[in-house]
Amino acid sequence: MTATATPPVAQAPKAVTRRGDKIFSGIALAAALTILVTLAGVAAFLLAEGYPAFGAPAEDLGADSFVALVGPLLFGTIYSSILALLFAAPVAVGIALYISHYAPRRLARAFGYVIDLLAAVPSVVFGFWGITVLAPFLVPGYVWLEANLGFIPLFAGPVAKSGFVMLTAALVLAVMILPIMTAVCREVFLQTPRLHEEAALALGATRWEMIQMAVLPYGRSGIVSGAMLGLGRALGETLAVTIILSVNPTVIVFNLISSQNPSTIPANIALNFPEATGIGVSVLVATGLVLFVLTFAVNYLARLVASRGFSGAAG
Amino acid sequence: MSTTPGTPPTPTTDRSGKTGTTSESPHGQSAPVRPGSSLGLTPEQFGTPGTPGTPGPPGPGDPVAAEPTPTAGRLPQALSPGLLLASAAAVAGLLLLLGRFTVVGTVVLTAVVYTVGIYVVARVVEGHRRAVDRVVTALVTVAFVLAMAPLVSLIWTVATRGLARFDVAFFTQSMAGVVGEGGGAAHAIIGTLQVTGIATLISVPVGIMASVWLVEYGKGPLKRGITFLVDVMTGIPSIVAGLFAFALFSLLLGDPGHRSGIAGAIALSVLMTPVVVRTCEEMLKLVPDELREASFALGVPRWRTITKVVLPTSIGGIAAGVTIAIARVIGETAPLLITLGFTTGFNFDMTEGRASTLPVFAFDQFRNRGLPPEAFIDRAWTAALSLIIIVMVLNGIGRLIAYLYAPKTNR
Repeated sequence: MTATATPPVAQAPKAVTRRGDKIFSGIALAAALTILVTLAGVAAFLLAEGYPAFGAPAEDLGADSFVALVGPLLFGTIYSSILALLFAAPVAVGIALYISHYAPRRLARAFGYVIDLLAAVPSVVFGFWGITVLAPFLVPGYVWLEANLGFIPLFAGPVAKSGFVMLTAALVLAVMILPIMTAVCREVFLQTPRLHEEAALALGATRWEMIQMAVLPYGRSGIVSGAMLGLGRALGETLAVTIILSVNPTVIVFNLISSQNPSTIPANIALNFPEATGIGVSVLVATGLVLFVLTFAVNYLARLVASRGFSGAAG
Repeated sequence: MSTTPGTPPTPTTDRSGKTGTTSESPHGQSAPVRPGSSLGLTPEQFGTPGTPGTPGPPGPGDPVAAEPTPTAGRLPQALSPGLLLASAAAVAGLLLLLGRFTVVGTVVLTAVVYTVGIYVVARVVEGHRRAVDRVVTALVTVAFVLAMAPLVSLIWTVATRGLARFDVAFFTQSMAGVVGEGGGAAHAIIGTLQVTGIATLISVPVGIMASVWLVEYGKGPLKRGITFLVDVMTGIPSIVAGLFAFALFSLLLGDPGHRSGIAGAIALSVLMTPVVVRTCEEMLKLVPDELREASFALGVPRWRTITKVVLPTSIGGIAAGVTIAIARVIGETAPLLITLGFTTGFNFDMTEGRASTLPVFAFDQFRNRGLPPEAFIDRAWTAALSLIIIVMVLNGIGRLIAYLYAPKTNR
């Protein structure tokens, strides 16, 4: 037979290099590298455009130094985001548990979509809603807080009668970061090994004990990762905060319900950029660079936790 | 409370309402010693708490199963919804009597009353562990309802307020020459379509090719690095993307006040590309390797295999992913505020000058109110309503495509 002819045929494909293959894989690689170039480009161009701000004289900055300018903004950004995270994290874990382990199996997927709808709402609409519906709704609560818990500095008055205060902004941020945190937690909870759950139930555990024993330990890294992704979103969220807070960027105030509120970096940019010129633009871009570094670090950590945690839990 | 598998609950704390040991209390007679009894577990605890709809019957051949099922120690199924209704009625009645009835107050207080009530009842009848379980069930459900509340309230608000100006003029006229009432957002809608269209034209090819590289070609640290950075890139704040596009154009063109549709489209594609890459990557991974191998075996080159076999197979998922990516960026306000600004009239030229987009239009109308302010607020709400409709429709189309073209697997 022609068995002797097969070895060269088997080796032939290795030797063949087709021009089409080279071009196509080259295009694909170029597209993938575009991601790297874009990320590097974001950092490079923000640095180039914002560089003049770092050494700018005080009269151009409107503050003693760039650090003095960006400090309160950075405080406001982190403060509002941490508050939002504190509100959203327990609720997100609860929703994720509800969808993954409590809701009727047929409805669970639909419920997941409904939560995802929250993510689809544009942030400017969240801002409108926060200022028109949520803020007036919360004002009686703020008055109560001041009257009964006013001895705590966070709730010391005077209450802003408009409701356009830090707590409102943080609550709107919390609603906005719920979907991503829920999505991440839900995915991890659903990956809990079925055998772990059934073993716990077989030992007589109630559903909550089963979740404590099997689901939460397995999903811990997912919860942390989801929380940090939510934090990253909250840090960069612009319009809702811009619309809700009456901005006064030079203050560092912890008070949650007074009319004196710190601004955030993105809100400050959105408010002042349209009218900014010259060094003012550079200053705003430089604050944007600070925000970029901050969110990059948070997102980086979140993904690191996720990748470490999953492999650790699986192994 | 936490119970580790190695330490079974002690009989006395397990059923606080009862006396005696668990092996005899539910039956009143000495049951034959079974493996479960040695763990101190009552027969009803062998039920499957994970599926309350089907109260797990004890297995056949079980000597206990033949006896009448002991319902003492287990709340009847109808009690939970009944208690919920009773709490709601009681709270609503009380609030009505006090003359301080509000829907929100009723819901909140009902949740509190129900949670406390179910704990007390379950604690007395079923014991501490099941009571805690029921409270957690209530809390988890409350968390879900809590998230629904803003969504419902928001959609209701936008729908009712947005309808005021949801008329023909809004979609056919611009704001050129409009001082007070009247006018529309036609220029902003055109602007949104143009900018988002250009962003899509940039992001989709780059995103698809990048995901092709990641799935079909990539290996080693470069692949891992790019996958990681795509994930990180999805978290870039939108305003930073806007600042980047602005800095890019103003530095390259030497124009410190640069505003153009192209810059806006670049900003949006920075946000959109990672989303496209992620979804396409997932879809390409779903294509079975057998298809690729069959194609290779026929002597088809790799690139033809990808363009003729892999991509067509996953086209539904890719289309769905792209649609949802568009929905994500079409509502972005901050980057367009920076790169495009806003105008009152039409600007079809995407390469130069300010132009309005729907989200920025809404923001501008809401923030920079003229006289009468109601006209501006109405326009802002109608723009918000249009935006939400667009986003929801896009999301719906995306889900529909994904559903229709879902790979026929047994999952």
